[in-house]
Amino acid sequence: MSSTLTQPPATIPPKREITTKPRFSDRVFRGVVTTGGLSSLVILGLILIFLLVNGYNTLKTQGLNFLTSSNWQAAVNDAGKFDPKNSHFGLAAMLIGTLIVAIIAVLVGVPISVGAAIYLTFYAPNAIKKIMVSAIDLMAAFPSVLFGLWGFFVLEASGEYWAKLLNKYLSWIPLFKLPAPYVNRSPFIAGLVLAVMIIPIVTSISREIFSQTPLDRMQAAYALGGTRFAMLRAVAFPYARSGIVGGVMLGLGRAMGETVAVYTVLNVVYQVNWHILFSAGGNVASMILLKFGDASPEEIKALMAAGLVLFVLTLIVNSLANIIVTRTGKSGR
Amino acid sequence: MSTIEKLPTPKPRKPWAATPVDRLKTAGIIAVAALVSFLLVAATPLKGKLAYAVVFFFTYLIIDFVVSLLKAGRPAAIDSLFRGLATTTIVIAITPIVSILVTVWARGHKGLHWTLFTKDMHSNAFTDPVIQGGLLHAIIGTFLLVVIAMVISVPIGILTALYLTEIRGRFTRPIEFLVQAMSGVPSIVAGLFIYAAILVPLTKAVNGFQGSLALAILMIPTVARTSQEVLKLIPSDLREAGVALGGTQWRSVALVVVPAARSGLITAMILGVARVAGETAPILLLTGGSGTKNYNIFRGSLGSLPNYIWQAFAAGTPESITRAWTGILVLLVIVVILFSAARILGNRKVGKK
Repeated sequence: MSSTLTQPPATIPPKREITTKPRFSDRVFRGVVTTGGLSSLVILGLILIFLLVNGYNTLKTQGLNFLTSSNWQAAVNDAGKFDPKNSHFGLAAMLIGTLIVAIIAVLVGVPISVGAAIYLTFYAPNAIKKIMVSAIDLMAAFPSVLFGLWGFFVLEASGEYWAKLLNKYLSWIPLFKLPAPYVNRSPFIAGLVLAVMIIPIVTSISREIFSQTPLDRMQAAYALGGTRFAMLRAVAFPYARSGIVGGVMLGLGRAMGETVAVYTVLNVVYQVNWHILFSAGGNVASMILLKFGDASPEEIKALMAAGLVLFVLTLIVNSLANIIVTRTGKSGR
Repeated sequence: MSTIEKLPTPKPRKPWAATPVDRLKTAGIIAVAALVSFLLVAATPLKGKLAYAVVFFFTYLIIDFVVSLLKAGRPAAIDSLFRGLATTTIVIAITPIVSILVTVWARGHKGLHWTLFTKDMHSNAFTDPVIQGGLLHAIIGTFLLVVIAMVISVPIGILTALYLTEIRGRFTRPIEFLVQAMSGVPSIVAGLFIYAAILVPLTKAVNGFQGSLALAILMIPTVARTSQEVLKLIPSDLREAGVALGGTQWRSVALVVVPAARSGLITAMILGVARVAGETAPILLLTGGSGTKNYNIFRGSLGSLPNYIWQAFAAGTPESITRAWTGILVLLVIVVILFSAARILGNRKVGKK
């Protein structure tokens, strides 16, 4: 008891150096983490460099024709060697095909996805909502080869029926004309398969944006006596509009880069085909897969250039989409 | 006194909930719409399940619209019309999922047998009867591909997420942007890149490791973004407590933040695996598709499930196509198991050990 009183006062600790300089371990940690963080930059940069180096020759000899002509021919001279003079590599047909298929996918897939997102956010009872959200998220993890086979064996049958209907009643629109009576494996059906493939991503992005709708504004709309639709029109749609545009563009980017599903469903033929119901077409990715198997090393370089174009195209679309989506989240409040 | 106590307490009312009369009305509208669709399909040249569905939805929407118009006026009618449309879209969105699951089971289960998991295809062709040969080589191949891809991409993905949440240096915005851009890289481009960077100049032959590299490229953004979401949820109290106890940033991240986020990080990993397990395009360019078991990821053609499905589909006979569907069934079961595991882990509260 008394010892506590007689104890000498605690020794004053020596002065400490206070510094904001990170310790050695922290500097190592930051270095490692920053290196890891920069890896995405490195990988994207390497992809760009390697495709550019390999595709450079093709791009140089073909010039702008690579994007504007639609003639793809790897010529061979008498000695059986690659003949650069008579070879033509023009990607236009497949670029057009990529756009056609992706736009069909967006036109069909987006209304469904946005409607589904509205239902899930504003209408669905909790139990149903949980199940459906899980199901749609699960669909995002389905491998693309599965969508391809499903499209080929299941959707094809009904797709042909719809194609014939469209052709019967709407053939006065040039888009729905048929140069020959073949409606199987058309861009239309490939677009439908891609529409199914982009539904999960567009739905989940739209759902996320709709769920951020400011609650006070929603309740203000109800308090003024608005119906749910009036609330949606006055509050949720204006709030979510640009974010949904971003989601749509992400879907578009996904649809433009799809390879295996399109290759399976579509009759990939190297030609410009504006008739979406006719059995021919293709997109850049599926064309690369088609030509890759028996391409000479020189033609593979041309395919690398095609891959470069596809890479840059999807990068632009995705970046725009991300900018739009991020901006919505911030401008909301 | 006693009279007041005897008053019955009113039951809580829910004016927004559907009354039995409302339910009856809805059931009536559905019944009428079903009847009309049945009659219309019978009477006109329309045919097929699709016609039933289309006519049913249109009649339902119209009847519902008219009923609410008569009962509650125009705004209510438009409201119920819109509700009907939204419900229709969710049905359309769910239909393919159901159709895909049913199709895969219906067409794939015929090829299921036990030797599927004990034999490979080294002495069988895809056109042989389904009972011969098996998937063992493909399962081993996919397992190796995915594990190596995981070993490469998980550290990079988690480090990226740590940079974005813990360090938040100068590059945060650009890296966040690039990771998002990277998630849109088409799988065939990843394949072409590895082909140009490794197969042509270095190995000059197909092997499994190249496939793993391409899969890793596709996996990094998924892992990074999911981990980032999880790390964001860790309360900053925990980080501050770590630093307040005198820990360096390294120790507070390694001993506090990462353990707290552990289940979420595992979820990120699983989602990444589910994303790439069925990836086909880069596999077709880079790994080859041997039918024999191959445990060496660095040498020789490596069979895998996507490749098996692809070859079986391309062979084109009824037997081989059954094989393709069986392969898809196995792949899908793997994906669903991974996905459910991620869901269960992800639903746990973050921060709980």
